[in-house]
Amino acid sequence: MLARLPKNLPGGVSLILPFLFICFSFSPVLSQGIEAEVDTLDPAVPDSELVVAAPVTSLIASDYKYDNGEVIELSWVPSIDDQLVGGNVIGYSLYRSENDGEPTLIAELLPGVNNYTDEGLSRLSTYRYTILTLTVNHETPSTMTAPITPEREWINFDKKYLFLIALIIGGSVMFFIETARRGKKLFVRKIAGLEAVDDAVGRATEMGRPILFIPGILDMDDVQTLAGLTILGRISRIIADYDTKIFMPVSRSLVMTAGRETIKAAYQAAGRPEKYSDDMVSYVTDEQFGYVAAVDGIMVREKPATVFLLGAFFAESLILAETGNYIGAIQIAGTARPAQLPFFIAACDFTLIGEELFAASAYLSDEPKALGSLKGQDVGKALAMVIIVVGVLAITIGQAWHVDFMMSLVDTLTNIFSTK
Amino acid sequence: MRREIPLLITGIVGIVFVLQYFIPHFPFNRMNAWFSDWFSIVAAFAIWLGALNLMKISFQKVFRRKSDWGYAVVIIMSFLLMAVVGFAEGKGFRDQGTAFDWLFQFVYTPLSATMFAILAFFVASASYRAFRARNFEATLLLLAAFLVMLGRVPTGDVLTGFMPEGMRLSAVASWIMNFPQTAGQRAIMIGIALGLVSTSLRIILGIERSHLGGGD
Repeated sequence: MLARLPKNLPGGVSLILPFLFICFSFSPVLSQGIEAEVDTLDPAVPDSELVVAAPVTSLIASDYKYDNGEVIELSWVPSIDDQLVGGNVIGYSLYRSENDGEPTLIAELLPGVNNYTDEGLSRLSTYRYTILTLTVNHETPSTMTAPITPEREWINFDKKYLFLIALIIGGSVMFFIETARRGKKLFVRKIAGLEAVDDAVGRATEMGRPILFIPGILDMDDVQTLAGLTILGRISRIIADYDTKIFMPVSRSLVMTAGRETIKAAYQAAGRPEKYSDDMVSYVTDEQFGYVAAVDGIMVREKPATVFLLGAFFAESLILAETGNYIGAIQIAGTARPAQLPFFIAACDFTLIGEELFAASAYLSDEPKALGSLKGQDVGKALAMVIIVVGVLAITIGQAWHVDFMMSLVDTLTNIFSTK
Repeated sequence: MRREIPLLITGIVGIVFVLQYFIPHFPFNRMNAWFSDWFSIVAAFAIWLGALNLMKISFQKVFRRKSDWGYAVVIIMSFLLMAVVGFAEGKGFRDQGTAFDWLFQFVYTPLSATMFAILAFFVASASYRAFRARNFEATLLLLAAFLVMLGRVPTGDVLTGFMPEGMRLSAVASWIMNFPQTAGQRAIMIGIALGLVSTSLRIILGIERSHLGGGD
């Protein structure tokens, strides 16, 4: 407990007081009396010297919607003394009582805070909450909330629009896959970077130099790496047919294993399993710039005729691409990281921009089912284009001519397309 | 079976992952964390595969006196040095003041920084090629880059200080970055998102299987 203190304290002491008070407020002695009408930190302090603040009001505990019954949300109106300029509130202590048991301190909050999310609860218990408004020598409790039990739900209806959009896009992809399966010819535009794959492999064959395949620096849990490996599967088939050398240095052990399996299967499918060697794929290091140093060294020493950079790349993208450019290799790059695309465009012969990386495997396979999935994407693009045009027109008209209907349309679209 | 079982696992896990995004109920709410933990465990074991492979290839290079075998010696020595020092330090091998920390701070970090620093020179050479005004698009790129670069430094505003605030180079650079650049980047992002959906569906449904060795 704090001793009785004179009003005019030196600055340092007055700064320490709130800290000491918060430390002491963790003690069980204090937490026991939270429902008392007035709690004074030191009974020896006369009432005239107490700095008393009004309690918080409208303390409401509500179940967090759409979770597994583990979260309760609290909101309140801060003490009126907290809302005044130069108010005397130094913070709040939030207490929770489980199954009408002893209240325990769960959070120390700064002045001005008016909400809290209590997580990690049990849906088999009931909870009550109260907040103490703290001043330098006094704490004022709020009323206790009504008992509340967190509930769990099966479906997150906050994501209903997202589910609907996923259903439309997923459904259209499935529809076009089925359409293609029935034999309907689908038009897919030419992608220059993928048209050049045959030529790039052929060039390496003619020059008698190897092909270097770099699948990015992320692991198998990244879809860009997976997209890179699916393309590797197609390219390996061509390489096996042409009997060209391929080398694939990787920065992740799992990618090494997956890469080996992919190339091995391609050589088997081409009827040349004896030409495959585990040495085609080798692990270098997980470290970003260590990997770059090794790959650059390989490029300069081996002088590959063709370099594929397909996967997730970060700061190393330009270092790798420029070294490839320096040795005169034909380079085909692709990534879904927009920040790295300008580097590839500047330094490589062909660049697969974003979606083209994901389309590459389907495009190279020329299988109707795979091409159908690309067609399904176009429905999503058409939908996006329509929504963008409607949104731009609505916000322009709404703001320029103050049309409420247009502004509510903007709000609705924002609500539908924002993820929570 | 060698292909069917991975396809089945991929399909089931893919569908579960889609479902867990919309279902907050147990056990779906825990699946993301569980799968993530499983992946980390598998990856942790797989690192030995990678390290052993690196050593195997390096030793082969040295014993067979392949070209540039000297580099392989450096790899083996560095690997062994870091591993031995790390194990010798015990649990707190990453603490400040340990020999492992010294090697990391004064050998690895400067080497890594050196590689990163090379980027500055590569940016210059790539920019030189990209900004050559060969055609209309390249000229447009050159012009935009010129305005943005000049607008991002105080010189830009000094040169255009006599103009209204909204027309100074810093404002022009901000406009280019906020509107044409952002619009273009968002278009790419939308394409990427749709490409992701399509690729994921192909993999989940087993249409895409070239990563398992051919698609037929």
